[in-house]
Amino acid sequence: MLTHKHLLGLENYPSKDIQAIIDTAFQFREVLDRPIKKVPSLQGVTIVNLFFENSTRTRISFELAQKRLSADTVNFSASSSSLKKGESFKDTAQNIEAMKIDAVVMRHPAPGAPLHLTQFIDAVVINAGDGTHEHPTQAILDMMSLQEKFGKLAGLKIAIVGDILHSRVALSNIHGLQSMGAEVTLCGPTNLIPSFVEDLGVTVNSNLDEVMEWADALNVLRIQRERMGSALLPSVREYRSLFGITEERLANHKKEIVIMHPGPMNRGVEIDSQVADGGQAIILDQVLNGVASRMAILYLLCGEKPEDGNA
Amino acid sequence: MNIKTLPQKVLLEGGKIYNPVSNKLEKGNLFIVNGKIASEDKSQTFDAQAIDCKGKIVTHGFCDIHVHFREPGREDKETLETGALAALAGGFTRVCVMPNTNPPLDTPESIRFIIEKGESVPVHIHPIGAITRQQAGKDITEMGLMKNEGAVAFSDDGLPVQDGSVMRRALEYGSMFDIPIINHAEDKCMREDGVMNEGPMSTRLGLSGNPTIAESSMVHRDLALGEMTGGRVHVPHVSTAQAADHIKEMKKTNNKVTAEVAPHHIYFNEAAIEHFDTNLKVAPPIRSEFDRKALIEAVKKGVFDCIATDHAPHTIEEKEASFDLAAFGMIGLESCFGAVNKVLVKENGLALSTLIQMLTINPRRIMGFESDLFQTGIQAEIVVLDPDEEWLFSKTNIHSRSKNSPFINETLIGRPVITISKNKIINNE
Amino acid sequence: MNQKQLLDEKRLGQTIIRLSHEIIEKNTTPGDIALIGIHRRGVPLAKRIQNQLKSIAQIDVPLGTVDITFHRDDFRERLVMPQIKGTEIPFSLDGKIVILIDDVLFTGRTIRAAMDVLNAFGRAASIQLAVLVDRGHREMPIRADFVGKNIPTHEGEHVSVLIQEVDKKDAVILTWDGE
Ligand SMILES: [Zn+2]
Repeated sequence: MLTHKHLLGLENYPSKDIQAIIDTAFQFREVLDRPIKKVPSLQGVTIVNLFFENSTRTRISFELAQKRLSADTVNFSASSSSLKKGESFKDTAQNIEAMKIDAVVMRHPAPGAPLHLTQFIDAVVINAGDGTHEHPTQAILDMMSLQEKFGKLAGLKIAIVGDILHSRVALSNIHGLQSMGAEVTLCGPTNLIPSFVEDLGVTVNSNLDEVMEWADALNVLRIQRERMGSALLPSVREYRSLFGITEERLANHKKEIVIMHPGPMNRGVEIDSQVADGGQAIILDQVLNGVASRMAILYLLCGEKPEDGNA
Repeated sequence: MNIKTLPQKVLLEGGKIYNPVSNKLEKGNLFIVNGKIASEDKSQTFDAQAIDCKGKIVTHGFCDIHVHFREPGREDKETLETGALAALAGGFTRVCVMPNTNPPLDTPESIRFIIEKGESVPVHIHPIGAITRQQAGKDITEMGLMKNEGAVAFSDDGLPVQDGSVMRRALEYGSMFDIPIINHAEDKCMREDGVMNEGPMSTRLGLSGNPTIAESSMVHRDLALGEMTGGRVHVPHVSTAQAADHIKEMKKTNNKVTAEVAPHHIYFNEAAIEHFDTNLKVAPPIRSEFDRKALIEAVKKGVFDCIATDHAPHTIEEKEASFDLAAFGMIGLESCFGAVNKVLVKENGLALSTLIQMLTINPRRIMGFESDLFQTGIQAEIVVLDPDEEWLFSKTNIHSRSKNSPFINETLIGRPVITISKNKIINNE
Repeated sequence: MNQKQLLDEKRLGQTIIRLSHEIIEKNTTPGDIALIGIHRRGVPLAKRIQNQLKSIAQIDVPLGTVDITFHRDDFRERLVMPQIKGTEIPFSLDGKIVILIDDVLFTGRTIRAAMDVLNAFGRAASIQLAVLVDRGHREMPIRADFVGKNIPTHEGEHVSVLIQEVDKKDAVILTWDGE
């Protein structure tokens, strides 16, 4: 099965395992096209969705994946105020352990929290985003969507555009794409590019038009409106003129560039509606592939042989 | 570790005596009568309790001018009593406690409290007073009265004096008392919410970074203010190459400047944080390998006067939090000698004598303590060292009330075997 | 390990022809037949039966495949990466007479899982089962409508069906442990 018991991040994650997840995910895409979109693969498996911060999209995608696999699920949402106490995290973890849960899908604002969780519990841990660290399932669904569109990942030129510094999507995409043989360029305001990020082997270029000339696909990140008018960004109109994926800008490049967005979008800021809804966007495929790839991840990870040898 | 009252006559025999004042290492015995250094006289020593120090080095007890013993207010983390045990286990006989307690040591009365409470514990404890009231960085404290009660230096440690004009006025005012002003140099605006060194590792881990310039720019400011005001600037826990460079430059023209380096900054680099070990979360942060190497070079060039541990106990709960929420700080007294001796002496060729000076006479001179401890009649502050023993540092070696040490499971080299302090003898074996 | 060939290429071919005849004889409205092969060897068998139906009765019947990997209840006992071939049913099952085709009928669990997959695709008029070999030892109340050859087996015996398209030759072989 997969090399690692947990899915915490894509840094140093084996490329053969990423490929296995994507291949399995395409099989689940077929299940999702059936009139009855349900298979009994994870019957009897109990999964808790542990969300320490709000992320409706990711949670719904995981929940749907779990239902399609016939797993039993429990949702647990904790308020961020309870996070201030370190004990509550440990207590929650130990409660999960006591309840004999097979797998935990966790979203947490703190980098490293999923790794921390593995120190308290035996269950499989799947990282559904840990702060600005990793969000491996998002990167896998992005890669699956790229493979669906281009038929391969090796050799692709992918640009990640926007606020890289505060993104939970960028790092996992960088690690994953690079291990699958794609090239990655980061494009955004220079003060929203993490320092030393070139050490990860990516190129940084803040000229969006040059980057679009180069790229096969753009992964456009959400820009938080609250960052506008701060020390980081002066205004929406300036951001839009420098980094917005507008219809005109896309038309100026006489080539097919695939447009992706992890959602939720700020239409009219980082991406125009006409682009988001246009023929070059695969944003809705990403949503569907999100369910399929999370099914594949749950299926492959929760199928690990129990230690006592009895299923 | 066992702690006993010192017998009336003790003869430390068969070892080598290292005197950091004369910088001489000689075979010889040390005779202690009624807890005080005595001259070795055959008619006196015959009935003394002999302690075999063969293969060991006998020298001054260590002095750490930067510890946090949490009393008053957080006695669940450490007390003067438990902190003293940690000190003794590390070969320290004298420590200076930082004022970031609750309430902080910002009045003559609170200084008095530490002095009185400290009398009964088996190491010498000196309080450092706050620079500003409530350590709020605004209004300076009654430095004169606090000094009269026993404050040996002033610091808002834990919190930087962010406002340059307050730092200026404090240095000017403090210059009347010829007493070190110790500023925890991290520009708060530059540091933002950084929880580790800003570098490739913080980017990989998605943790917010604290850039080296947050420290170096404030150290630069403080050094310039020291020159301008004539005050005594002591730079604590230097973590960056640039700050070390600034100190090195300023020392050429201003002999009042002193500086310390902490064991963890020369032992670890940021790569150790790869698995989010919160015991490595400290302020200023563990830096890059480049900085670590530069600090070691700076030690060899004499930029740092002393080693200080910044011993900072925290409860398990405060350290079991996620990395961004965990408390800053680590304990360091028990592991200090094994760590710095390993890195500086064994790995980087520093003379052991220089290291011992950085743990004995140098810190005592900064604080104005008696530093010539082998004089007859002086109350014995002695440590017996095995400089070559390799040992695995483990929880059982910790005597602090808190266990937040990243040195657990590290192999250290060199160990304080016996500590003699305030008429007590502590055997670490 | 001992082995004995029970069907050679020629006998295996004849068996498929006979199965095809039986399918037509049993079903009075052959136009409603749809064939579904179970991965892996059920798929080439289904393809051959489809060809036979065309040459015997001149009827074109649709052919689909099912992969039961996601439906297996013994998934958690295995350690190897599942080899998923995919389910492909490019036509509606509603009202169809579905002939489910596999190489060997043994415990019945594979067939039960395959019927679960079919249920997810629609409501067939009926489901019938055709297998090349029935080796007994059922663990579920499942019976084949069309059987190429009954091979009752003992513990320690194993039946291997080899199909040209997968195994480069046609044969049915019985193997058993010991002398
Ligand atoms: Zn400090």
